[in-house]
Amino acid sequence: MAANSSFQKYQSDGSRLGNLLEWFDARFPLTSMWKTHMSEYYAPKNFNFWYFFGVISLLVLVIQFVTGIFLVMHYKPDGTLNASGIPIAFASVEYIMRDVPGGWLIRYMHSTGASAFFIAIYLHMFRGMLYGSYRKPRELIWVTGVVIFLCLMAIAFMGYLLPWGQMSYWGAQVIINLFSAIPLVGEGLSTLIRGDFVVSDATLNRFFAFHVCAVPLVLLGLVVMHVLALHEVGSNNPDGVEIKKFKDEKGIPLDSVPFHPQYTIGHDLPACVIFLILFFGVAFFLPEMGGYFLEYNNFLPADPMKTPAHLAPVWYFTPFYSMLRAMVWNFFWIDAKFWGVVSMGGGVVILAFLPWLDRSPAKSIRYRGPIFKTLLTIFVIGFVILGYLGTKAPGYYFFGYTPSEGFNPLNILLSGDIHTRLFTFYYFLFFLTMPYWSKIDKCKPVPERVTSK
Amino acid sequence: MQAGSGKGDVQMKTHAIKLLKRLAAAVLFAPVLAMASTAMHLDKAPVSTDQQKLQRGAELFIKYCLNCHSASMVRYSELKKLGFDEKKITEELIYSGGKIGDLMTIAMTRDDAEAWFGTAPPDLSLMARAKGSEFGSGADYLYTYLRGFYKDENRPTGWNNKVFDNVGMPHALWDLQGEQPAEKYDEDVADLVSFMVWMGEPDSGSRKKIGIFVIIFLAGFYVLTHKLGKTYWKNTH
Ligand code: HEC
Ligand code: HEM
Repeated sequence: MAANSSFQKYQSDGSRLGNLLEWFDARFPLTSMWKTHMSEYYAPKNFNFWYFFGVISLLVLVIQFVTGIFLVMHYKPDGTLNASGIPIAFASVEYIMRDVPGGWLIRYMHSTGASAFFIAIYLHMFRGMLYGSYRKPRELIWVTGVVIFLCLMAIAFMGYLLPWGQMSYWGAQVIINLFSAIPLVGEGLSTLIRGDFVVSDATLNRFFAFHVCAVPLVLLGLVVMHVLALHEVGSNNPDGVEIKKFKDEKGIPLDSVPFHPQYTIGHDLPACVIFLILFFGVAFFLPEMGGYFLEYNNFLPADPMKTPAHLAPVWYFTPFYSMLRAMVWNFFWIDAKFWGVVSMGGGVVILAFLPWLDRSPAKSIRYRGPIFKTLLTIFVIGFVILGYLGTKAPGYYFFGYTPSEGFNPLNILLSGDIHTRLFTFYYFLFFLTMPYWSKIDKCKPVPERVTSK
Repeated sequence: MQAGSGKGDVQMKTHAIKLLKRLAAAVLFAPVLAMASTAMHLDKAPVSTDQQKLQRGAELFIKYCLNCHSASMVRYSELKKLGFDEKKITEELIYSGGKIGDLMTIAMTRDDAEAWFGTAPPDLSLMARAKGSEFGSGADYLYTYLRGFYKDENRPTGWNNKVFDNVGMPHALWDLQGEQPAEKYDEDVADLVSFMVWMGEPDSGSRKKIGIFVIIFLAGFYVLTHKLGKTYWKNTH
């Protein structure tokens, strides 16, 4: 049978299974896919800690899909009240926790998985910044990554509405209301998202549809595209050098090892087990994580009549939530809320332009100069502080400081609001001025081949 | 001259040390002080997992709370996990004439409750989990709240509360508090709160037990995969 792949088709050894495989492989690119993506995908031999998180993201993706399927079997997206005055959606989650055998484990795995996903993804993205993995020819891997990140945020936001607790309800209310600040189309848009004029049963039903079906489908497609793009150009590595420059006579890069089994079993499997130990450690012993993974207030059923005193999104949104709150000025007579949305959305979108903003001659931080190292350090600190401040109410002061009357430098130095604005400004400045400072930074000479291992 | 300047040095040093100490104290205690001024103070609840105490808590809860409040996510049959037998549950703990598999609901309708108290008493199934905050655990809140009722003529119920200003709930444990010394009352409330913590997640005990086995298994699995993994790198330098 004619095949259009260059790999040798599978040939049976005469056994029954062998015959079946031969039959199958003649009709499907099984061998060729296995070789292209696993046993003959040549990855740099110097991967380190930071290279675990792609595979760990995949693992969490699988956990979320599997546990999610079981949750959907028992969950009811219904905002109406039962006889005891509890919304049916809320009661169905507790039904899973109490009456469904093993239901509590499924639910805790899913809620812990949401946070674990973001931890893995933030570290995965940070790796990209450390080693310049977004640079040519890997721009498309990075851009699909940013779109994946957006999808993840959408999934997490919509999933958080489903338990229909106080935080679910009021968090969604506040965030969807923001869209109404967009001039002209805003009101219509926010009504469209809610399917009503306030967050209601209609909102719950459409968020359910998006959370369990629409966005996961898109996400899955994007992840496939992400990995295909990676395998087309090959992985970067901690030295940021192209291993394809030096190949042996068979065309295999000298500084590479086959992805399978050397990385799959020899590197990623033990890492996945360590990850699972941490993951189950949280799921079994600290599922609420002190109110960060499951917020206390969300154990109260949604009540449209009672606004909680303090609203904070789940931790993984807080850096971007801070960017939203940093905007307090009505530029060009447009509501500050609108600029908040622009700043929050822009904070994610600007990441997509990173491949074209960075003009440094070296990719990896190992060979980049002091300007990059300094600015990146401040960037990370700033991002973490933005995240911390996003969990606090506006008007927060560090160390429990109470502002004093009159002029006092501490009033500014310890003000959370001022830091929110400062580090939001810095966040954008970091990217927008990158073309300039990345070019003039004093890089060290980059070696021809990878160094360690 | 020399001696004088030496003395000055020492003075300077002690001054500096004092200043440093004061600064350190300010940094360390500032959060505590600030909290004290703005935040509510909660007493630490002596939460117990002792079966005897949980049983006592369950009885108090059913007698004193399960008439205004529902615990509609909990089934009576769950009480078997506290060591009650089926007969005792159906004969002594279910007042409403229901079956053992029933949820702990109440007869009072939401509308009636709202008419009587101004606001319907919330379902208590998850209250111990919901009331956690930066000031303390949900149990701490409940423990302080239930011991914080005081007489107030200006309230329709005649009661007000230390941690919930102008609360709509009357002092439901007034009888219980009246008939015994304060320490004994605190003990009763502790049992009640322990029960409410248990009720928030009846399976949390087995959760942790299973968790230990899972972690031990994974740790062993790690050793295996780590050893196996190393063999693949033996020939790569
Ligand atoms: C006479 C009816 C009645 C009884 C009996 C009663 N409660 Fe309440 N409870 C209420 C009402 C009404 C509220 C709502 C108060 C409000 O929101 O102002 C309430 C509120 C509460 C709250 C919520 C407080 C908060 O901070 O939101 C808790 C906790 C609570 N009750 C616990 C109990 C416990 C435990 C018992 C049994 C010892 C009990 N209640 C017995 C009527 C009652
Ligand atoms: C569902 C989420 C994601 C999954 C499952 C995923 C999966 C992977 C995998 C398996 C790899 C190869 C292994 C590795 O290099 O770690 C990889 C590489 C990469 N990913 Fe992702 N990824 C996800 C999200 C993202 C995001 C959000 C970004 C950035 C915005 C991103 C950027 C990259 C880049 C740049 C590489 C190449 C790294 C290099 O070669 O050095 N990915 N991804």
